[in-house]
Amino acid sequence: MKILVCMKQVPQKDAPLKLNEAGTWIREEVSYEVNEPDAYALEEALRQKEKHTGEVVVITSGPARSQQVLREALAKGADRAIHLEDDAFVGLDAFNTAKAFAAAIKDEQFDLIFTGLQSDDYGFAQTGVILAELLGWAHATIIMQIEKTEAGIRVKRELEAGYFQYVDMPTPAVLTIQSGINKLRYATLIGIKNAKNKPMRKVAMAEVASAIGPNLQKIERLYVPQKSKQTQLLEGSPGEIAKKLVDKLRNELRAI
Amino acid sequence: MAAATTPSQKIAGGSFLLETRQPCEVFTPEDFNEQHQMILQTADEFAAQEILPNADKIEHKDFSVSRELIRKAAELGLSSVDIPEAYGGMEMDKVTSCIVADRVAVYAGFATSWGAHTGIGTLPLVFFGTEAQKQQYLPRIANGELTTAYALSESSSGSDAMNCRARAELSADGRHWILNGEKMWITNGGFADLFTVFAKVDGEQFSAFLVERSFPGFSTGAEEHKLGIRGSSTTPVILNDCKVPKENLLGEIGKGHVIAFNILNIGRYKLGAACVGGARIATKQAIEYAKQRKAFGKPISDFGLIREKLANMAIGIYAGESIVYRTVGMLDAALSNIDKSAPDAARQICKGIEEYAVECSILKVWGSEMIDYVADEMVQIFGGYGFVEEYPAERAYRDARINRIFEGTNEINRLIITGFLLKRAMSGQLPLLPAIKKLMDEVMAGPSFGDADESAFAAERSMVTAAKKLTLFAAGSASQKYMQAMPDQQELMGAIADMVIESYAMESCLLRAEKLAASKTDAAAKLPVAMTQVYLAEAMEKVESRARKVIAAVAEGDMMRTQMAILRRLGKHEPIDTIPLRQMIAQRVIEVGKYGV
Ligand SMILES: Cc1cc2nc3c(=O)[nH]c(=O)nc-3n(C[C@H](O)[C@H](O)[C@H](O)COP(=O)(O)OP(=O)(O)OC[C@H]3O[C@@H](n4cnc5c(N)ncnc54)[C@H](O)[C@@H]3O)c2cc1C
Repeated sequence: MKILVCMKQVPQKDAPLKLNEAGTWIREEVSYEVNEPDAYALEEALRQKEKHTGEVVVITSGPARSQQVLREALAKGADRAIHLEDDAFVGLDAFNTAKAFAAAIKDEQFDLIFTGLQSDDYGFAQTGVILAELLGWAHATIIMQIEKTEAGIRVKRELEAGYFQYVDMPTPAVLTIQSGINKLRYATLIGIKNAKNKPMRKVAMAEVASAIGPNLQKIERLYVPQKSKQTQLLEGSPGEIAKKLVDKLRNELRAI
Repeated sequence: MAAATTPSQKIAGGSFLLETRQPCEVFTPEDFNEQHQMILQTADEFAAQEILPNADKIEHKDFSVSRELIRKAAELGLSSVDIPEAYGGMEMDKVTSCIVADRVAVYAGFATSWGAHTGIGTLPLVFFGTEAQKQQYLPRIANGELTTAYALSESSSGSDAMNCRARAELSADGRHWILNGEKMWITNGGFADLFTVFAKVDGEQFSAFLVERSFPGFSTGAEEHKLGIRGSSTTPVILNDCKVPKENLLGEIGKGHVIAFNILNIGRYKLGAACVGGARIATKQAIEYAKQRKAFGKPISDFGLIREKLANMAIGIYAGESIVYRTVGMLDAALSNIDKSAPDAARQICKGIEEYAVECSILKVWGSEMIDYVADEMVQIFGGYGFVEEYPAERAYRDARINRIFEGTNEINRLIITGFLLKRAMSGQLPLLPAIKKLMDEVMAGPSFGDADESAFAAERSMVTAAKKLTLFAAGSASQKYMQAMPDQQELMGAIADMVIESYAMESCLLRAEKLAASKTDAAAKLPVAMTQVYLAEAMEKVESRARKVIAAVAEGDMMRTQMAILRRLGKHEPIDTIPLRQMIAQRVIEVGKYGV
């Protein structure tokens, strides 16, 4: 099986975030890490490869610092990497990112493409789905399990309230992977040492520029929610107070 | 890592006192390359997912868990960073070795077992083993099958280890060494498979032996009941006509001291790194607690006196990282020229490390005192909860204390620091005497009124220079008076060691801050710069007080008054207001919830 894993570098989970001057995104001075669901997607790809043989390729787009994500993946066992390297990739919306990826892999033949379910920063959950559409492939989201079958694959999707759905699908396909699908492995020191010598293909903005257009999605404004405290005294007999309270909880706060 | 920003040239050990270094000449945590970063992450994950969840079991002396963790760490390659590739190890640089020691130190009980196994237990074999000995044991140590220990101390000889009573005699058939004696306080004694044991051949020639637990006549005594690091095993080792194959002599007969001293040197810089790691988690827990504990209607992290402590703890980690990674960066630069495939490569590496004996001792002394301070303040921040076992401060406090005792007590290490420098000065290896003479001439010439330096960090740089001058001045005055008899003046040796230590720490903090300021935005450099300024102010006071102590001891009357005046002139600096700086530092670490630059 030849699997591509799309991975993203996102601000570290516990990093204190400050807004940029324009109030459209955060300031760059934070530490970064691998987007969590992407780490699970990579782990799943490595496990599939170990079971069925094949190749795992990882891809990311972003400035030089985002190469760290690919090195980590190579250290954990991915075979090679593709880096769409340019500061400008950071500003692309999901549609354009998917187009850029599609352009960068046009000469490759993958059986499966994995992405994380969503990114911890924007949380769009779109890149994988759009990529499937652009490639004309089947896709399934929130994947909890993947098994190879005669005709293709059978996947387990997480639905709400503890329900799951099993879907038989053809390959090639795009799957967006849910966190917790497996147990992540460590990057071993030998893996880390070997990662240096694995192939990393750099793709410049110019090579994919013709495939992408203006962003269709834009963040207008980002702000830190204001904390405010208001006290209301409910008056009346205990019975009336209870009634008013229930009414507020149910209809104003929708808490019950 | 750009080549131009990290040290590539070999720097002489101890030369920091005499020479001015540029930021580009020192290695800092900001210079970790991609590989270092990834290994740091693996070590961090291992600590969080394997060590911490098992801490309770290990604390109750379930050593099978420690062994299992050592095996797991070996699988990841973490245990064999210092073992050559030819014997199944990772063979990585000393920066990596310190990164791992630092990150594994989240729980001291395990970190001690780990440190003894990967450090003093294994390295004698790496550096002094014959090809056959290495083939026999190293691959199984690298993969975690065998665990190791180092048995030097005895009940009547700890600091004075060369004076041991354990003996070795060749058997009548000449095929075995017969060892007799008892070693004391041996870390990993309860479970290790392979021991480096020191004993005197025919009661005279101090030598080392590789002794397997399974050898006839070998046994270990009961576990000690300890103040701290209860999760580590500490037992006597009993040698009762213990039969050791002749080939298991390590190194040469009568050359055991070379092994003992060199291995302790390495143990010391790694211990320095582990102290930084221990302080890092203690500080994190203290911040977490201070943020949620309320008194007088506010989180205690709002109070100035608590914020001052949190700031000091963070500064301790910053300064600790600065000296540790500067030192191992120097080591790596010095070792990088050694041909690793040469037959005497291991010896050369050992010699390379010995060059930095002063720096290694500094890391040990400074690191162990820093973590003791941090653990003490942690207890204070936790208040009454700091004193009870259910909270982490109590154990952290007990665990920290051992660091000032083992790997050479801090007294012994202070004597090494000053002694080694004086010895190098006398032999002309380090131009300390000309430097002292130059300083004396400068002093006699009276104050100079050059143009005021107004560049960034000018005030800080002049403070570091002043600290070094005071150190040289005090060392010069003391050795002029006592000459060869200096080693007997332990109080002076200790005071001078303090000044040497602080000079190194001050300069390391400053060079790192300068390097950071050059590569980061002003906002990002603000924190390290503030930490450096506070550290410099505090350390300078210590340097001055020690200088006064030395001068008061070596001079009298008019001479003393003149020297005190010189001292005041050399140490002159504008005082700075450290309160807003500490407030800012505290604010940052409270926001982030942990130390971070
Ligand atoms: C938990 C634990 C684990 C240990 N693990 C190991 C191990 O794995 N392997 C091993 O070989 N040893 C180990 N040790 C032993 C340790 O290294 C010694 O305890 C230490 O070196 C001090 O020796 P000592 O106890 O004999 O103290 P002493 O040498 O008796 O010292 C007592 C005091 O006198 C001071 N002193 C001694 N000599 C001088 C001097 N010349 N000038 C000034 N002051 C001096 C010391 O600094 C100290 O304050 C361990 C000890 C402990 C407690």
